[in-house]
Amino acid sequence: MSEMECVMEIPEDAFNPVEPFLRMDRMPHIWCAGCGIGTTVNCFVRALLNSKADLDKVAIVSGIGCTGRVAGYAQMDSFHTTHGRAIPFATGLKLANPELQVVVYSGDGDLFAIGGNHFIHAARRNMDLKVICVNNMIYAMTGGQSAPTTPGHATTSTAPYGVFEPAFNLVSLAEAAGASYVARWTTYHVMQLARSMEEIFKKKGFCFIEVLSPCPTLYQRRNKMGDGLEAMKYYKKASKIRHGAPTSECALTKDGEIVVGKFVDRDRPDYLELLRSQMVESLGERYAEPEMACEDAEVTCSL
Amino acid sequence: MQSLSEIRIAGFGGQGVILAAMVVGKAGAIHQGGYATMTQSFGPEARGGSSSAQVILSNEPILYPYVTQPDVLVVMSQEAYTRFTPELKHGGTLIIEQDLVRLGQVPAGVRVFGVPATRLAEELGRKVVLNIVMVGFFGAVTRLLDPDALRKAVADSVPPALQKLNLQAFDKGFEYGTLRISQSGESGDAESIIPTLESVP
Amino acid sequence: MHADPKGVLTGVHFLDGDHACCEGTLAAGARFSAGYPITPSTEVVERFASRIPTVGGIFIQMEDELAASIAIQGAVWGGAKAFTVTSGPGYSLMMEHIGYAAMTETPCVFVNVQRGGPSTGLPTLPAQADMMQARWGSHGDYGIVALCPSSPQECFDLTIEAFNLSEEFRVPVMMMLDECVGHMTEKVVIPKAEEIEITPRRFTKEPPEKFHVYEPKENQVPEMVQAGAGYRFHITGLTHDERGYPNMNIDAQDRLVRRLQDKLKPLANGRGLCETENLEDAEVVVVSYGITARVAQRALQLARRRGIRAGKFRLITAWPFPLERIRELAGRVKAFVVPELNLGQMVYEVERAAAGQAAVLSVTHAGGGVHDPEAILNAIVEAARL
Repeated sequence: MSEMECVMEIPEDAFNPVEPFLRMDRMPHIWCAGCGIGTTVNCFVRALLNSKADLDKVAIVSGIGCTGRVAGYAQMDSFHTTHGRAIPFATGLKLANPELQVVVYSGDGDLFAIGGNHFIHAARRNMDLKVICVNNMIYAMTGGQSAPTTPGHATTSTAPYGVFEPAFNLVSLAEAAGASYVARWTTYHVMQLARSMEEIFKKKGFCFIEVLSPCPTLYQRRNKMGDGLEAMKYYKKASKIRHGAPTSECALTKDGEIVVGKFVDRDRPDYLELLRSQMVESLGERYAEPEMACEDAEVTCSL
Repeated sequence: MQSLSEIRIAGFGGQGVILAAMVVGKAGAIHQGGYATMTQSFGPEARGGSSSAQVILSNEPILYPYVTQPDVLVVMSQEAYTRFTPELKHGGTLIIEQDLVRLGQVPAGVRVFGVPATRLAEELGRKVVLNIVMVGFFGAVTRLLDPDALRKAVADSVPPALQKLNLQAFDKGFEYGTLRISQSGESGDAESIIPTLESVP
Repeated sequence: MHADPKGVLTGVHFLDGDHACCEGTLAAGARFSAGYPITPSTEVVERFASRIPTVGGIFIQMEDELAASIAIQGAVWGGAKAFTVTSGPGYSLMMEHIGYAAMTETPCVFVNVQRGGPSTGLPTLPAQADMMQARWGSHGDYGIVALCPSSPQECFDLTIEAFNLSEEFRVPVMMMLDECVGHMTEKVVIPKAEEIEITPRRFTKEPPEKFHVYEPKENQVPEMVQAGAGYRFHITGLTHDERGYPNMNIDAQDRLVRRLQDKLKPLANGRGLCETENLEDAEVVVVSYGITARVAQRALQLARRRGIRAGKFRLITAWPFPLERIRELAGRVKAFVVPELNLGQMVYEVERAAAGQAAVLSVTHAGGGVHDPEAILNAIVEAARL
């Protein structure tokens, strides 16, 4: 009852600091009760607040899936693209308009099954993209099918007798492919997650954060892992913070230890720096800095 | 009235067959103010041994883009000679790199001109310009194009550093062709300018 | 607005269709291209990769055609004019993103240098067998524009037109080359920049608080905006309302999808490009496009010489199809002859337009070469006897 009283004390005109960052005219959102995606969005907003980002210069790109809907709720230039292709869309956006902070916000199925090839190539190029992957270990939007992240022995609607395919270790994959920054948190680690997000906003190059997040409706329920709260308890109990841990030792299992922390933070020249230095080396003064924005009719007339 | 000439140039990959065709086409279309369409064979066969390109020259817009029966066939390899000679038009002109092609049964009514283009190119110190020697020779013996137009086309088809060498190659081929034509007399007695089998190494 | 001289290689050149197309993209103001190598289209991006660093832009070779066809759309929303180039299997892979461009009304250009298919087919030889795929290849109902050049000169000219139309109507525009036109080298005249007309992107003048990203404006086309300009807009491939917000009901779907097709009506009715000859007295009309139109022209000359009143209708804008013009002709000619490098594609549109008023003869070719003009002539002769 004390919880209830607490809620009642909030005045009607109370201001939620998250509001200016969200498209409040689109609320309520579509995510289930106990889903962790909203928690990650809160962390994202907190990171934007703390880093005093100019929201006019932040663009968010999502693919398809539950996490793919984040772009639709973010009050900034936001792109809900096709399944798996958030990263190549973001690549074009960033190259055409390098002053943008381009964040890719999508799910594990979107980024690592259908979009896996794009992920490794963007990491290889060290494209200046900030990739946040909400990993709920399942295809949730389509009703609970196996993902390349579903751990062995878990059951899904397409693996009713248990998953036997080995799963991707996303942080190890990201590091091997060349990411400049790699971290993993769970939706229990809200402070750490927000801080990691803040860090990647300041870092140049391809940055990757994996966030373990419960899907109570499909993954938890089917695997008898309880509700969202049970997931938090599990995350709290099973997580070990080990900054700098070798990512190869950080694979996830169905109910084993979850190694979290910042694993990789290295400086490599990003794609645009590499492009520029190669062109200057080959072309010297003939190289023309990219001027990508096409002109506006009115602007041209007034000149 | 449309006056149209079909030309095929063929040889090994690496002999500069395509560039030779490019020069001929450019001369016709740009420097002489007529029309020219150049096509080339693509595909696996163009990556390996053989290479072939076709040029159509005309005083009117060219509709059908491919050569069906060449008026002029320029060959720089035995394989190209064997493959393409049968399609040469009756009364057409066959131009061979005489050190690389051994003549067999030449179709009746075909005029044959031979040039030791590789040797002439080597005299200039660079074997690679044999294609431009061939173009010069082609220009002299066919007279299909204004020599100045061809020369200009050579000049603007090669990198500036190689311009002088290529123009020398063109002139060398052209002079060789002019000499052969004058030796064969006004009548253009073809027999006298076919290299004898003995001359083929 | 005139072309930016930085991208215009003014002069008289001897170029193949692929290279001329690349010069067209630069003259049109394209400063971003993403591509993936595939024969016989690669020369377009090879030239772009070589030219663009001195013009001021970026070429990126992506990991596949899916990536290339969406990266260009990211670049467009970032403010650039952008295009991709492909052929055969690569075009099949791009289909989903042609639909995305149509749905999100992203102005961009897809160059398809058609080769023989299906599947890997004939990588180095011509066909015109992607004409229906260009129109209908992505799922759902939408509209696109497709232009068919017949020469390297047109590869240059029509590529500029493709960019202009994509900006005016906010649709993906298909440049439908074929291997023959793409690899054929001819004289290409590139005019001075001030002689090249460019349709500028129609950026909104509304302030952000009044702006709706999909509010239909002039000719049912919404106004453009670019990321980073303070509009904080939302783009989605889901059925959406004027704010760009997902709105998945029958009314929203009907309004949106009908508009995506209807906005192209001016191009179907009169503004589409075509080349006609001897239609006044024609009893037989040859409808053709691309390289086949040139081959057909030779057949037409032979037919006229035989005293057959044959006329020419060359489709330059193949999509939207000029249904009304063909229907009008159908009322006064005996027959249409439709040669194409496929087993019958655009001929169905001609039949639909003719609606039984005139006979329609298809002259098919499975691809790998061009028609023998005699085959087209025979069809003209047969049609004249009807």
